[in-house]
Amino acid sequence: MSKSVVSESLPKAIVPVDPKGSKKLKQFKKSIPLFILLFPSLILLICFAYIPMYGIVLAFKDYSPALGIWGSPWVGFKHFIQYFNSYQFGITLKNTLNISLYSILVGFPLPIALAILCNQMRLMLFRKFFQVTIYLPHFISTMVMCGMILIFLSPSNGLVANFLKLFDIHMPNILSNPSMFSSVYVWSDVWQHVGWDSIIYLAALSTIDPTYYEAATMDGASRLQKIIHIELPLLLPTTMILLILRAGGILSVGFEKVLLLQNPLNLAGSEIISTYVYKVGLQSFQYSLSTAIGLFNTVVNLAVLLLVNWISKKLTNISLF
Amino acid sequence: MIFKKKSRKSRLHKKGWKDWLFDIAIYGIAILMIVLILYPLWFIIIASFSNPSDVAKGNVWFWPKDWSLDGYVELFKQEVIWRGYLNTILYTVVGTLIALAVNIPAGYALSRKDLFGRKWLAVFYIIPMFVSGGLVPTYLVVKYFGLLDTFWVMVVPFSVSCYNIIVARTFFNTSIPADLWEAAQMDGCGTLRYFFTIVLPLSKAILAVIGLWTAVGIWNSWFNALIYITDEKLQPLQLILRRILITNESLLGAATGDLAAELRRLSDMMKYAAIVVSTAPIMCLYPFLQKYFNQGVMIGAIKE
Repeated sequence: MSKSVVSESLPKAIVPVDPKGSKKLKQFKKSIPLFILLFPSLILLICFAYIPMYGIVLAFKDYSPALGIWGSPWVGFKHFIQYFNSYQFGITLKNTLNISLYSILVGFPLPIALAILCNQMRLMLFRKFFQVTIYLPHFISTMVMCGMILIFLSPSNGLVANFLKLFDIHMPNILSNPSMFSSVYVWSDVWQHVGWDSIIYLAALSTIDPTYYEAATMDGASRLQKIIHIELPLLLPTTMILLILRAGGILSVGFEKVLLLQNPLNLAGSEIISTYVYKVGLQSFQYSLSTAIGLFNTVVNLAVLLLVNWISKKLTNISLF
Repeated sequence: MIFKKKSRKSRLHKKGWKDWLFDIAIYGIAILMIVLILYPLWFIIIASFSNPSDVAKGNVWFWPKDWSLDGYVELFKQEVIWRGYLNTILYTVVGTLIALAVNIPAGYALSRKDLFGRKWLAVFYIIPMFVSGGLVPTYLVVKYFGLLDTFWVMVVPFSVSCYNIIVARTFFNTSIPADLWEAAQMDGCGTLRYFFTIVLPLSKAILAVIGLWTAVGIWNSWFNALIYITDEKLQPLQLILRRILITNESLLGAATGDLAAELRRLSDMMKYAAIVVSTAPIMCLYPFLQKYFNQGVMIGAIKE
């Protein structure tokens, strides 16, 4: 122990280097154990997050495996132009925006409503049971979820078809209808995640100061009035933050589920940007084109995130950064 | 606690008709939701034990009809199911341990105010949450490292979760008092020893939260396996499920005539059985671990 003190204090005394630099060096030396703790995650992030980010240059090159990433020739915006001019551009963008906006419109307010509903329950045992139940579907894997959707919506002998048969209603083949795809996607998502997504709002509701409610009761406010005038305004900050984050994913629709529910008949309504990136890249091996489309996706997402963040900052003074 | 109970009682006495109506609406909606969520799950279970032709005709509603275990028997006869199950368990256990070993120490280091270059490091960990290289560049990097078709591709490269690191950092910031470190320092305890012998034992909650999240994520994941693994011996359960549930591939082989009808019947049963078998472990454990899952969301919600 004493040895290190001596060796650290010695150079300071002898060499009058600028004090700021040596202070930094000292702080760095003290941080070395912390860097040991950071080391595994730093290495993995560099290898599997930052190097691939560098791989984005592929979008501006004509990749050929023989020449490698470095050797392939630069082609500028060729692949972007190819995508923008292609017949798939309109379809994928429209479908992605359609599914994304639909799910924000439906999937965003419902968890808030659910949290408020849950917060109104006074029978604690029932409330516990209710919460365990509505969180449950969140843990079903996407694969099983899609399997269930296919089984239940089967037009010949699915559960829904059999139920409708009781009322002599003929079941249409929903999954082969492109215009129904977004509804299947969004409402099955609501079924699966609405409970889980409400947790964060419930947490925010539980922090509300009870004196607000007491004061409102004194003033003769009804329960509905308390919800509108106390709970909703106090949920606003949480809501805005989550909305900004959600907006930042406007072009990244739950890709796995779409891929699994796709079939040749509903493709006109279910081909989204990310599934197209997958098919172009890893099924038909057009690496550069696929990277270009993926980059377009990322850039739009970031732009929307920053835009919504900026608007929110102006309007409500709530922002991420 | 006693006060709360009293006030609730007094409120009950004062209930007017409007309050009653309000309560009826709330509990009505809640019960409807419980039914809407539990019934499909219940149906899968009873269908897996019923005669598939009854299920198809719509004769099964609330209770299994023509009890039969054929679906399960056939399912477990398939070697791929066993191998998929084993692979998934291995991926989950090893992957969760690696994720904890990578993310928890990083969260702690980032929570320390005296970390050199703390601000820049925080940015370094936040950027990957919003920007990614995309599918093809990531694939090429994994290929470059020679990880395609290996066990490790499923547990190492994507074990870092920036979100979990930030959740862990928030936990350390709010739950481990800074004085503790000062005191340990006075006693000549170094950072590493302090972390492993004092901080970790105090952090069981965050270990549980992040461990459970990761475990469920790995158990349910399939897309990485689809891209990076072509060797059937390494496929996780979810990819086997894909063959049964989505691409409708018959694991029982092909046949004609009467036998074909029988095979169809069996593969229908296998679908329900496969869903139950793959989902039951999580569904059964979850209610007991719910506390930890929720805690994680709450910690994540605290903004520093």
